[in-house]
Amino acid sequence: MPSTQTLLHIDHVSRDYRLGETVIRAVNDLSLEIGTGEFLALLGSSGSGKSTLLNLMAGLDRPTSGSIHVAGKNLAALDSQELARYRRETVGMVFQSFNLLPRMTLEENVELPLRLAEVDRSERSRRVAQALDRVHLSARHAHRPSELSGGEQQRGALARALVNQPSILFADEPTGNLDSATGEQILLLLREIQDTLGMTIIMVTHERPLAERFANRIAILSDGKLLDHFPIHTGARA
Amino acid sequence: MKFRDLSELAARNLREAILRNSLTTLGVAVGVASLVAMLSLGVGLQTLASDRLTKSGLFDAVFVSSRRDFRSPGGDGPRKSSASGPKESPKPLVPPKVLDEDARQNFAKLPNVVDVYPQIRFFTDVRFDNNTYSTNVLGVPESSHSMTAFSGITGQYFSSSTAEEAILQQDFAKDLSNQPASLVGKEITLRYAERRTLSSDEIAKEKDIDAQLDAMMSGGITIVTREKKLRIVGVIESDPSAAIGGFGGGRVFLPIRVAEQLHAAQANDVQDFVRGGGNGKQTYAALTVRVKNPKNVLQVEDAIKKLGYSAFSLLDAARSLRLVFTVFDLFLGLFGSLALTVASLGIINTLVMAILERRREIGVLKSLGATDADVKNLFFAEAGAMGLVGGLLGVTFGWLIGQALTWGTTIYLRRQDLPAVKISSVPWWLAASAILFAIVVSLAAGLYPATRAAKLNPVEALRYE
Repeated sequence: MPSTQTLLHIDHVSRDYRLGETVIRAVNDLSLEIGTGEFLALLGSSGSGKSTLLNLMAGLDRPTSGSIHVAGKNLAALDSQELARYRRETVGMVFQSFNLLPRMTLEENVELPLRLAEVDRSERSRRVAQALDRVHLSARHAHRPSELSGGEQQRGALARALVNQPSILFADEPTGNLDSATGEQILLLLREIQDTLGMTIIMVTHERPLAERFANRIAILSDGKLLDHFPIHTGARA
Repeated sequence: MKFRDLSELAARNLREAILRNSLTTLGVAVGVASLVAMLSLGVGLQTLASDRLTKSGLFDAVFVSSRRDFRSPGGDGPRKSSASGPKESPKPLVPPKVLDEDARQNFAKLPNVVDVYPQIRFFTDVRFDNNTYSTNVLGVPESSHSMTAFSGITGQYFSSSTAEEAILQQDFAKDLSNQPASLVGKEITLRYAERRTLSSDEIAKEKDIDAQLDAMMSGGITIVTREKKLRIVGVIESDPSAAIGGFGGGRVFLPIRVAEQLHAAQANDVQDFVRGGGNGKQTYAALTVRVKNPKNVLQVEDAIKKLGYSAFSLLDAARSLRLVFTVFDLFLGLFGSLALTVASLGIINTLVMAILERRREIGVLKSLGATDADVKNLFFAEAGAMGLVGGLLGVTFGWLIGQALTWGTTIYLRRQDLPAVKISSVPWWLAASAILFAIVVSLAAGLYPATRAAKLNPVEALRYE
């Protein structure tokens, strides 16, 4: 069960993009709080600003105004090096298009965050094996992404996101490129990770039924604004 | 990211686009090769010239004369005062310093002096095979063994400094025989005029009064005809007399100690006699002081001048030569660098293309926590690796080009009946500098692409298809 302690505090955040003369406000004065261990699904149609909000929370982008506090740290005030450290140590990310590096084997892809974090080589192999085992891909460690199915690639990406033992996992449409059965497997895996590791998961999706089945809470966005957010009854998560 | 991880990732990236990266590296290699080949040619020619000049004996020698009869090309007195100072008033007439045995010993005691020897050159008749030939004999010092003139000797150099042996100059040898080489081992007889100093007892021993008067009137010296048998040990092409300190060629060369023992009458004997110096003491017209290294020449030259003798060297000519070669090297280096500049444009092009292709990868790396510096260093490492490999290949190619040039020149020179020379040289400092230069140029070329890659916005980079 998620605790009530706030991990992420989004306070009046806006993000503008300039397209020539036009300014597009992707996130508009949005405020939200997310607790430790929570599984939050961000729902909304295309262009609603859910991916932009996810990128802001993951430290990949900076808000035009407002603040995002994660465990007491204001992301907007961090310099690029500190933000990189935040992404390396606090955050794990899973993308719709998997984003495994095609030139590397699965094992090398999973090892990449450990290289960036300058983890000892002896420690790396143990943690890579552990992460691959968690997503049931130990047997495929020497394969390149092109030799893996879509579901396997996403599980591989999930292993890569988990290998640094982050406290928050961001998933941007993790089932978007998968068939419904495989997508469901991925979400089952995410929920298992949440349950066993107590990790906070924030997932962007436009598939409401899936969100209702697996998340603890749903936040609905439209035109960059938070329309509604509500908890899901535990009974729905069967 | 740790250096080892960075290197591994860079090596992987370079391997993945092997053809394009190889071509870029080859571009660097060609640039470095042209630079190395040009400079190796410059260095080789400079080494060749310096070596020849040093071995010629002209640049490690100070030529000394007493002030009375010799005006050097550099002028008498201290080097600088005559060039820049106010015009000196005529010097008062002081008794000239005599170049005698004492002076010779004093010069030999100066620091960095290897050898001091007089110019012994005298006229002689040479008898060989019942024919008589007139020519000049020159005494050759021990230190002349390494001189260029003796390097192409037919036969061999003197077996010792006291050996009663002779080396002939080829033109003279041709007068003696159609096949000069066949003269080696044969004997010649020198017929020369010996200068004898008579003691008062010897004068008294003269039988009649007229002879005694003649001896006294002649100032105590007399000229006697002598003969000396010598074995021919070698024949040389060029005349080493200029380097030895002779002003005028010799055709027959003897070890200088043997030549000295002959006490042959020379031009300055008459001079001494005319000037009243004929006191029976041995004097020299000129002495050659050989020093350890051309860089000691100036110091020894000044020391001798301070002793009151006239001295000069050919060091100034060597300095001008060094200047010419420095300018020559500079121009060769500039031409070589042009090729490397073109190669560096190739590196920029390759890395900029790599950024476009690997935009998404950069985005992924950043999303996983790579800092701007990590991304920048990764591109730097790739550029540096191309520079290192290109530099190593380039030095190898450049060396090979130099070898090919030397090989071609050798063939040409042999056809012209000339000895082979090494016109190209790649010393370790040139190889190391070329590799370092290639790395620095490659890193400079990688600076713009690496900075651009580091500044990529991760969100935009991840969106890139």
